[in-house]
Amino acid sequence: MAWFKRNKEKSIAPEQNEEKVVKTEGVFTKCLQCSQMLFKRQLEENLQVCPKCNYHFKLDARSRLKLLFDNSEYEEIDQNIVSTDPLGFVDSKPYPERLKKAREATGENEAVISARGSLGGHKVIICSMVYDFIGGSMGSVVGEKIARAIEAAINERRALIIVSASGGARMMEGALSLMQMAKISAALARLDEVRLPYISILTDPTTGGVTASYAMLGDINIAEPGALIGFAGPRVIEQTIRQKLPQGFQRSEFLLEHGMLDAVVERKQLRNYCIKALDFMMS
Amino acid sequence: MIEIKPEVDRNQLEAELQKLEQQLLELSTKHNIPISELDKRLQELRRRVEQLQEQIKSQVTPMDRVRNARHPDRPYTLDYIKLLCEDFQELAGDRRYGNDPAIVCGMAKFRKRPVIIVGHQKANLNSRKTEDRKMRNFGMPKPEGYRKALRVMKLAEKFNRAIITFIDTPGAYPGIDAEERGQAEAIARNLIEMARISVPIVVIVTGEGGSGGALAIGVGDVIYILENAIYSVISPEGCAAILWKDAAKAELAAQSMKLTASELKELGIVDDIIPEPKGGAHLDHKQTAETVAEYIDKALKFLDSLSVQERLLRRYEKFRKIGSFELL
Repeated sequence: MAWFKRNKEKSIAPEQNEEKVVKTEGVFTKCLQCSQMLFKRQLEENLQVCPKCNYHFKLDARSRLKLLFDNSEYEEIDQNIVSTDPLGFVDSKPYPERLKKAREATGENEAVISARGSLGGHKVIICSMVYDFIGGSMGSVVGEKIARAIEAAINERRALIIVSASGGARMMEGALSLMQMAKISAALARLDEVRLPYISILTDPTTGGVTASYAMLGDINIAEPGALIGFAGPRVIEQTIRQKLPQGFQRSEFLLEHGMLDAVVERKQLRNYCIKALDFMMS
Repeated sequence: MIEIKPEVDRNQLEAELQKLEQQLLELSTKHNIPISELDKRLQELRRRVEQLQEQIKSQVTPMDRVRNARHPDRPYTLDYIKLLCEDFQELAGDRRYGNDPAIVCGMAKFRKRPVIIVGHQKANLNSRKTEDRKMRNFGMPKPEGYRKALRVMKLAEKFNRAIITFIDTPGAYPGIDAEERGQAEAIARNLIEMARISVPIVVIVTGEGGSGGALAIGVGDVIYILENAIYSVISPEGCAAILWKDAAKAELAAQSMKLTASELKELGIVDDIIPEPKGGAHLDHKQTAETVAEYIDKALKFLDSLSVQERLLRRYEKFRKIGSFELL
């Protein structure tokens, strides 16, 4: 004989009442640095920065434009320029298919968005890179759009701001991608000659050919806290020297310490920092 | 006679070709064989030699070019300087941190004309042992190398001397010290400054054009590439490791990336291809240098005919138009 008898009528199973079910999926997200559970809404209001530890999550290219431009207003330019497949490149899938997937996933035509507007009352053009578009890689289109943005800045006497987020040159366009580094740098030389400001904002991550060209060529180079910035990627370096890399290597603070940046600027301060710099350089 | 399988590697073919040529020579000098027999065997061997030559030609894959571009006996910058120039005087140091042996710079006379030479260097002039290669960091420059190059190119500009650069590097060195001292900034600075240096710049890709590490001394008015040299955004091994997750797929990556001289010319990245002696530049440095000299001469003569403004505008447009895109 059992000591206890299960009373089936009085079950302790949770009630299946729809209204009382707590839905957590899509509401919370975990901070990648301090593991704190954060309300997504709260994170969004805080510009994708963890309120507890100040970790800067990636911010999408359009939110970036809204954050920087006056009243979040801007006019997009050159959005109709798209990639072809100049090499007929196929790896695990054909390049055109990769492009199509990237377009569907991001809703963007390429890995950079160029826009015209004002910042602190100054006329500017901002190019904002889309990291989710094939790793923000720089191919012919990124090169062409940025070169056009620079030429437009020269023609319209505007300041230039480029927000970088990129793994580097796009392998699927081979040496054509490599040459975009020279193309954009040559255009920046012209911008420099006419004494118009160029602020380079480096965000997580900025590596390879993008760092080794326009990202390092600003009149002012600034980065968000904790961003990975370098020429060679950490994995390549580890494989070359066969050693683990030191903590904090190639992060914004490391670059600041080594003299490569003017400042590490928190996302909340970014707009103000740019306005101050433009006030100095333009008025 | 050795049977040739449909797919054998090129070295094997070359070795057999050499052997056959040797046999031909021996045969023609021997007299103890009846003439008719000798004739027959000679003809047979000649046919075979021709066949093999054809086969070698048709079997040169992009990866063969990569191997040729990396050949340990290929002429390096100091060899070209020795064979092309007189009165070479090396200029060392970036005046900021140190002297990078992976890039050599200096003043020289090319056909009586004072010029500045800048180039990657993978070993020493008359010694290519492992320690020589190590001393040159296998031709992989650090920031001080690029800064030295820029300093010397500015010197050329100040004294109105043309610049000739030789590109042959696996890439810029990926190491902790290089990153600390701003590898990316050093490369970027050279790109923006070379775009506006007022004197003529002739660029010759002589071996490996390894990505940004090559381009950092590669912005110029005229860009030539040797027949077996390559120029690419990443090494075929690196590309294969990232996109195919398998470094052994380098052959495939080399094919896909369009890194050979003729493909680069088609893409509008180089102006012209400098032919190499039969079998490759490593077999005859002197003849290679002679051909290179003719091309440099041709380029300088053309660039001299332009005004500074014309030259700079041309240089800008040359890079400005590189790329492939369409409008929606």
